Amino acid sequence: MEPRIGFRNTKSAIFKGVVIFFAFAVTIPLIIVLLYIIKQGIGQVNWTFLTHIPAPAGEKGGGIINALAGSFILVMVASVIAIPLGILAGIYLSENPRTKLAYYSGLCVDILQGIPSIVVGIVFYLWLVKPFHSFSALSGAIALAVMMLPIVIRATEQTLLLLPPSLKEAALSLGVPYHRVILKVIVPCGFSGILSGITLSIARVIGETAPLLFTAFGSMFLSTSLVKPIESLPHIIYNYATSPYDDWHDLAWGASFILLVFVLTLNIVTKVITRKWKIQL
Amino acid sequence: MENKRAQLSDQQLKWETFFKWLLIGASAILVLVIIGVIVTLIKESMLSIKSLGFGFLWGKVWDPVQNIYGAYPFLIGTLLTSFTALIISVPFSYAIAVYLGEYNPKGWLSDLLKNIIDLIAAVPSIIYGFWGIFVLVPLVRQLETKFHILPYGVGIFTASIVLAVMIIPYGASLGVTLIRMVPSPLKEGAYALGATRFEVIRKVIMPYTRSGLFAGVLLSLGRALGETMAVTMLIGNTSAVPTSIFAPGNTMASVIANEFVEADHAEYLSALIELGLVLLLVTVVINLIGKRIISRATNH
Repeated sequence: MEPRIGFRNTKSAIFKGVVIFFAFAVTIPLIIVLLYIIKQGIGQVNWTFLTHIPAPAGEKGGGIINALAGSFILVMVASVIAIPLGILAGIYLSENPRTKLAYYSGLCVDILQGIPSIVVGIVFYLWLVKPFHSFSALSGAIALAVMMLPIVIRATEQTLLLLPPSLKEAALSLGVPYHRVILKVIVPCGFSGILSGITLSIARVIGETAPLLFTAFGSMFLSTSLVKPIESLPHIIYNYATSPYDDWHDLAWGASFILLVFVLTLNIVTKVITRKWKIQL
Repeated sequence: MENKRAQLSDQQLKWETFFKWLLIGASAILVLVIIGVIVTLIKESMLSIKSLGFGFLWGKVWDPVQNIYGAYPFLIGTLLTSFTALIISVPFSYAIAVYLGEYNPKGWLSDLLKNIIDLIAAVPSIIYGFWGIFVLVPLVRQLETKFHILPYGVGIFTASIVLAVMIIPYGASLGVTLIRMVPSPLKEGAYALGATRFEVIRKVIMPYTRSGLFAGVLLSLGRALGETMAVTMLIGNTSAVPTSIFAPGNTMASVIANEFVEADHAEYLSALIELGLVLLLVTVVINLIGKRIISRATNH
């Protein structure tokens, strides 16, 4: 005999209350973290902060231009490598879903998505730092490119799979060669979906620290050379946050605020672009 | 005229072949990278594997100065942090999945919650770590003083809390998709028999999505195991076997992050690389199992 309906309804209502409580409770830590970073960081940001290199420990002032420039260079080089490669691999996966190569590279994308970023750091240290006996911006950028790849590939693949096959068939039946069909018809049609994958992958790697620890390493000076160590936003935060000096903490708060602004902007841009495409990233 | 056209199509044909090979090459590079990663890690950790054997995983002492390498403290540290974080995060991610999947799938409120969850995933781990050092650590220290535990502040518990927040989105977003895929005739049938909302969720939706939700938990676990920066900043970094969840410790990822650059002799470096290899294998296996379960669950 089931309990009375009044009791069951109460139970249902209580459960709903609990679910709503837990579901919305997660907004609390996010809001606390965001507000705290904004509170601590926004006061640090001024012209000097954006255009100077860090002051030595114990001295007031100084900025993070080395980290800003470094992050920009790292992300640019990583994008130049990862975007074309990712789009090409994505096209292959969506065009030839049943081949053996597609199976294995799909598997590799899954593996790549789950690889701990610190392991990527180790591997690129062994490949590109140890043989040349020097930390370098290039090794860091390539490590970041590897972290970007799975996102770009999946976004491209899923967007292209959503396109109607008639599009490709129509173009092919007009006698257009295969590569032109892909590059001039299919890719432009799925452009915004692919673009959202690109912005998302940049947002993901711009805050990555672990792959850079043993590759780009960090530097106190403004450097634009690809073969020398280079500073980056997340790395400067890590270094200064774990230092014992208050002035450096202040620099780190400012850097965190700027990093947060970058990441949130990129995510919002991605959101706006994906509104058109119902792909899961 | 005829000749020129033939030449043109010849050229196009060449381009076409080239393009096809380009696509194949791009996908093949992926496979090569993964094989390369695994081969490199195995090769470089050979020194440590040979000299330490399986004892590496059970050795309780990690003392690079004496050249003694035992990964047991880090294994325990990793498992403790990850599972504590998982236990904290699961109720939240399930609640989000049920709320967005069943109670309120559309409308501005659910859009808002969804965006908030995406933001939680978007905030870099270094920022969570930094915030943790200055806000959470003092709080935990106060709590520990109140309960008469050694007030380290940093430690496995502190790292787990931050980790829990960071992994909530992974379980949640997958859960939402799966709960929305429950066929409505099933739910309608249950309602028609007089079931309440709670009973429908418990007796129809939960059994139907059980394996998928479990896969979500696995994927969150994979994330938690490999998470480096926030944990490194909050766990306290001691190489002793942790005595309680409030004690400071180290995870596999945090040891690597802390000591890799300082590793001054070959055996030390090799031992750290072997830690990386173990970490890689564990996370990859967990991830692949999770993905397999999901693709099976979503194909029905």
